[in-house]
Amino acid sequence: MSLKKLMATSLLLSTLGVSAHAQSLVYCSEGSPEGFDPALYTSGTTFDASSHPIYNRLSEFKVGTTETIPGLAESWEVSEDGMTVTFKLRQSVKFHSNDQFTPTRDFNADDVIFSFDRQGNEENPYYTVSGGTWEYFNSMSMPDLVESIEKVDDYTVVFNLTRPEAPFIANMAMDFASIQSKEYADAMMEAGTPEMMNQAPIGTGPFTFQAYQKDAVIRYLRNDEYWGDPAKVESLIFAITPDASVRYQKVQAGECHVMAYPNPADVQAMQDAEDIVVMQQEGLNVGYLAYNTQVAPFDNANVRKALNMAIDKQAIIDVVFQGSGEIAKNPLPPTMWSYNQDVTDDAYDPEAAMAMLEKEGVTDLSLKIWAMPVQRPYNPNARRMAELMQEDFSEIGVNVEIVSYEWGEYLERSKAEDRDGAVLLGWTGDNGDPDNFLAVLLGCDAVGGSNRAQWCNEEFDALIQEAKVKSSQDERADLYEQAQVIFKDQAPWATIAHSVVFMTMRPEVEGYVVHPLGGHIFNQVGLSQ
Amino acid sequence: MLNYILGRLLTFIPTFIGVTLISFSFIRALPGDPIQVMAGERGVSDERYAELAAQYGFDQPIYVQFWQYLTGVLQGDLGTSFVTKRPVWDEFFALFPATLELSLFAMIFSIVLGLPAGVIAAVNRGKFFDRALMSTALVGYSMPIFWWALLLIIVFSGNLQWTPVSGRIDLLYYFPDPTGFMIIDSLASGQKGAFASAVRHLILPTIVLGTIPLAVIARQTRSAMLEVLGEDYIRTARAKGMSSARINGIHALRNALIPVVTVIGLSVGTLLAGAILTETIFSWPGIGKWMVDSIFRRDYPVVQGGLLLIAVMVMIVNLTVDMLYGVINPKIRKR
Repeated sequence: MSLKKLMATSLLLSTLGVSAHAQSLVYCSEGSPEGFDPALYTSGTTFDASSHPIYNRLSEFKVGTTETIPGLAESWEVSEDGMTVTFKLRQSVKFHSNDQFTPTRDFNADDVIFSFDRQGNEENPYYTVSGGTWEYFNSMSMPDLVESIEKVDDYTVVFNLTRPEAPFIANMAMDFASIQSKEYADAMMEAGTPEMMNQAPIGTGPFTFQAYQKDAVIRYLRNDEYWGDPAKVESLIFAITPDASVRYQKVQAGECHVMAYPNPADVQAMQDAEDIVVMQQEGLNVGYLAYNTQVAPFDNANVRKALNMAIDKQAIIDVVFQGSGEIAKNPLPPTMWSYNQDVTDDAYDPEAAMAMLEKEGVTDLSLKIWAMPVQRPYNPNARRMAELMQEDFSEIGVNVEIVSYEWGEYLERSKAEDRDGAVLLGWTGDNGDPDNFLAVLLGCDAVGGSNRAQWCNEEFDALIQEAKVKSSQDERADLYEQAQVIFKDQAPWATIAHSVVFMTMRPEVEGYVVHPLGGHIFNQVGLSQ
Repeated sequence: MLNYILGRLLTFIPTFIGVTLISFSFIRALPGDPIQVMAGERGVSDERYAELAAQYGFDQPIYVQFWQYLTGVLQGDLGTSFVTKRPVWDEFFALFPATLELSLFAMIFSIVLGLPAGVIAAVNRGKFFDRALMSTALVGYSMPIFWWALLLIIVFSGNLQWTPVSGRIDLLYYFPDPTGFMIIDSLASGQKGAFASAVRHLILPTIVLGTIPLAVIARQTRSAMLEVLGEDYIRTARAKGMSSARINGIHALRNALIPVVTVIGLSVGTLLAGAILTETIFSWPGIGKWMVDSIFRRDYPVVQGGLLLIAVMVMIVNLTVDMLYGVINPKIRKR
């Protein structure tokens, strides 16, 4: 869109006054995007500003669920051996345009191949553009998983895999798999400005990127040529407002319609306020304390269970989460399919815990608890959580020393198989698939890496490996439910909490849905007059 | 005067090299490295780590890294942010006008109120006005910025709805920003109400950021004035029957200004380095928050380049202050 057109739009909006506001949805976001090419980044703030409004993927998560639905691929077919996935692409999908670029063709297979090739092929001219590190592409093991991508015709693409991978379709709905325009990429490379892909994004999504004033405001306009249901508002504005109290003041003053991440301490007042709507849902995350199951006496499941029974989780929810959390009993969050409702949590019972330790012949036990130096939704204050645990454990005669390191050091040191102590950490789901929790955090392959409990249980591992290659979701769910029973019995972690996500908005906001994967999506959101 | 300026400019060179070295080594002395911070809970394999380290040049010996950085700086290349992948230079100049605009308004606010307040307090030494003013200044100086800002927002934006809560302009206005100064760009845009909106958005951040300098300037002016008012030549002027206004306003104030200008210069330097709290609360897109975020993310090029540019700005302010001494007091100029 030309600058003149933009100016005309804004002039029109400003002269329309209040009614113009009704057509612009203002979202008070918590921070600035790092850029607008989602494959380059890993933060939710960046995805909110880039992949959700601007781009589409082959498959999409149905808003409000972790279910995958067709996106830029109308349909897909997985071969019987699970090694080949064929996507049938949607036709007549238009890319956006901007001052530097007007597309001459519709979306096709070349765009799909380019979008992935640039992330994995060192020969691709875009591989190093914008310092490409392609973190998600790598951390989802795409280089090992995808052997090749073939274009059968303009609207058929085949992914050849090195192994069957049930979560593959969900992976294709992740932000890093957003589809870019190859034509735009070529044009920018030719113009000598390839970084524009990241600064002036072109996608196929429901909103077109209009402008970004660093650390202040991001503007989008409705894409009237969108292939799906068009956005309900004419323009979408992200007002970057880092302070949570100020975000709330802006919602109250009508300067924003929706805000994310309210202060937990403010939630009660928001719920009581007449002209404010608060939505809530459990986040797709889990906070845990991982014992080192390779170091005595924590290699004994009964010792671990005894310690779990000594933790007063409700006190943690009240004090650390200030009510914005829910006690976790499984390593999976309750919004995830295959969550095992029947598992019973270890009851808080210090006396029984003490007796259990005595029975195992463990006396004068000392334990280090590692407290993360950063805030995360699954653990808003790890130091305070560690202190509460220190108190709980002292009641059963266990002496606790709290340690902490700088975040990068913490992550690195906590991976060591001979690590001294139990680690407070957590995880937020990427693709809504249980494999993304159970295999990544508790699989035998992840010992010495993201499996901070250093726990390798053959029975558990066999179940999750089997589930990974099955294509029927019901069969997979059954296997994951069994795995959760083994997990609870063996207690490699003390599962602490799932955070509760709150969204605060004005009453005129219609159609907002809290997304379990954590994104803030406004395609379907409207404003009542 | 020219020799004096040239002499001062020469001292920039060692300062510049010192700042380059310090910013380069300090950020590296902090524990943790950017690749681990970037990878987060997801972690990074050893092979991938090595690949990224090579890409960022961390596999080179530290002196080679410094040499590469220094030669880059001398050629005007401050590097590219690890996080946003944009040149540090572009990032800085996208944000600096906002910091500069707010700093200038905060300084004008504190000087316009602080100087007269200090003079009046000195002239009325020991009286009610003096005590009240100096107590208020002490409160202003000690007030936690965070609390003060939120209090003003709740009262003036929330309850009274006189001022907007945060930001630089009402989001309905959208126009190109060639200068980055909202006051100028909004005026140039010709859009009705844009300039007024920009001014309204400046009110609370200006008061919050200007509060501490205001208190410092008022107290400094008072004490400098008291010292000067005790001088013989002031007594002589009084004996000659010169009016109080003329004595205080011209003879005393001008001589009292030297230490006050020093304080103002130091305050401007501090403000230019970014007002992290004020910028965060008022969602003001300036360099303070940008720098702090970069330190947490171990975004080496931004921390190094940002510190260097801020140091240059502060050096320029200090030079200007030194030149102002000469204007205020000709004796200094002749030395």
